[in-house]
Amino acid sequence: MRRWIVLVILLIVLVGLTVWTTSVGDIGIFHAFTYADIFTHTKDHLIMVFWAVLIAVIVGVPLGTLVTRPGFNRISPLVLGGANIGQSIPSLAIIAIMATLPFSLFFFDFGFNRETAIVALFIYGLLPIVRNSYASMSNIDPALIESARGMGMTRWQIIRKIELPLAMPVIMTGIRVSTVITVGTAELAVLVGGKGLGTITFTGVFAREVLLIIQGAAPTAFLAVSLGIILESIEKWITPRGMKIKVKNS
Amino acid sequence: MIKLEKVTKVYADGTKAVDGMSFEVDQGELCVFLGPSGCGKTTTMKMINRLIPITSGKIYIDGVDNTEMNASELRRNIGYAIQEIGLFTHMTVGQNIETVPVLRGWSKSRRRERAEELLELVRMKPSEFIDKYPNELSGGQRQRVGVARALGADPPILLMDEPFGAIDPINRVELQSEFLKIQQKIKKTIIFVTHDIYEAIKMGDRIALMKDGKLVQYDTPANLLYRPKDEFVEGFVGADRALKGLQLLRVKEVMTGTYTTAKMGEKTEVVRERMEKEGIDWLPVVDNSGRFTGGVSISDLTGGRAKTVKDVISPSEATSDVNAVLNEALSLMLSSGFKTLPIVDGNNRLEGILTFDAIQETLHEAVKTGGTK
Repeated sequence: MRRWIVLVILLIVLVGLTVWTTSVGDIGIFHAFTYADIFTHTKDHLIMVFWAVLIAVIVGVPLGTLVTRPGFNRISPLVLGGANIGQSIPSLAIIAIMATLPFSLFFFDFGFNRETAIVALFIYGLLPIVRNSYASMSNIDPALIESARGMGMTRWQIIRKIELPLAMPVIMTGIRVSTVITVGTAELAVLVGGKGLGTITFTGVFAREVLLIIQGAAPTAFLAVSLGIILESIEKWITPRGMKIKVKNS
Repeated sequence: MIKLEKVTKVYADGTKAVDGMSFEVDQGELCVFLGPSGCGKTTTMKMINRLIPITSGKIYIDGVDNTEMNASELRRNIGYAIQEIGLFTHMTVGQNIETVPVLRGWSKSRRRERAEELLELVRMKPSEFIDKYPNELSGGQRQRVGVARALGADPPILLMDEPFGAIDPINRVELQSEFLKIQQKIKKTIIFVTHDIYEAIKMGDRIALMKDGKLVQYDTPANLLYRPKDEFVEGFVGADRALKGLQLLRVKEVMTGTYTTAKMGEKTEVVRERMEKEGIDWLPVVDNSGRFTGGVSISDLTGGRAKTVKDVISPSEATSDVNAVLNEALSLMLSSGFKTLPIVDGNNRLEGILTFDAIQETLHEAVKTGGTK
């Protein structure tokens, strides 16, 4: 309960900061961004985050699941290690490196554009999803898998009906963590031509105007916190009821 | 029904888990795989539903080589229950039981009906339990649901790997007896894996005793007890095999059907005379419709001002029924302190009496003659 009060106060403060910095009008020799600007940049920001996380889920959950399968468990250190390295490289470095890649992949060219930023964010957000998928899928009671197999479920049925539902809460936590990280990292997207709320923040950084930095940072923090709350509720909602009940003694 | 032919399992590392096992399990029979851990009993069982692939040899189910069937299809026709139970925690009791029916595409109403029927069978109230989650149940209840789930789509064959192994001893005995009653109704062909000789003797129509991946003796419990094939069997069965035989016999095989009784209104002297004449010191007392009401011992009848049996009767709650296993009846006698146990039917009508001497005589006879009666 107390946690919720803190969160609500935090959200109010962040909105307040945004409103305040926007209403100042002139900041030194600069004009503050308008509400319309903030709206557009927020939209761009969200679009980048959405695609980056979506791709991370599409790649990360199957990848994390795959390495728990017999025959693949030898490559699991490789995958987890790889994802770990992906996150230990500074986010700025990843984004910068991606922008300099001289080749094309599938349907887009790397370079100074939004797609490059999305790919960089995806790599950076992959780890929590892969790691949580792997951990939850490999922690499922082997007796459940054995009885499912013994009753004649196919491999695919076992994944779909037993493993995924049981692993879902932990996978969702990974998605939430990844989303929150990506919202923050997406600030840097502007450096490779990705727009988003970083546009405001970095204008402030380069102009050395604190109010402009706040005008970009406050809505970003607001996004991160509120998305975190929304995803946490979804997490609770999709947790199967039977798993919330504590085991009875005896 | 199930026929094993030179079944062998060699693991990749070269260990021979099962070595040329051949035997047959008849339809409707409960066959216990018994042996010390590492004897290959679980491996053999799992080769029947192909959870473990066979190295060489053949397993026929109803005359069909099981490797010729689709593995999932095969398993849906064979119920499976394990010690860890493995109930799906995210599903309700009902959904758990409906697992195989769902896989087989039964209609929703038919599935639900079946789940209710099975809960009834394992003596759990459907309305109370069907929508509960496994984590809300006690260990014994979970085990019952595990059995119900194995019976989900009414498979002709059931594989059970130490199904009552994780239950405390008191509940285990109860579950075993209940399961035997269920088996009398459903008459499935059952493979029952255990390392517990008592459980094997109690549950099995036949016992396959294994050692180091080989079949040592495949026989009825009585033959295993009284006609052990070699020293290993004798050692495994234990020196107290005469005592273990108590599990094999039922009260009706040992009890005395003709007996003397006393009536409520009879004079004490008359009764005493009768007891002295027959040389017995305890008599069951029945009311006018033959219902057992208590007992009188000769010491109650001597002296005192008591005029009729009614004045001296001591009510007894220790009774047994004809189908009770002998060791249960004996334990009842030991705990109640009576040397004679009244045997009654469902309406408390006296059907006979079981005496200590009769038990002793029967067991002695069994050991002497090798269990043939």
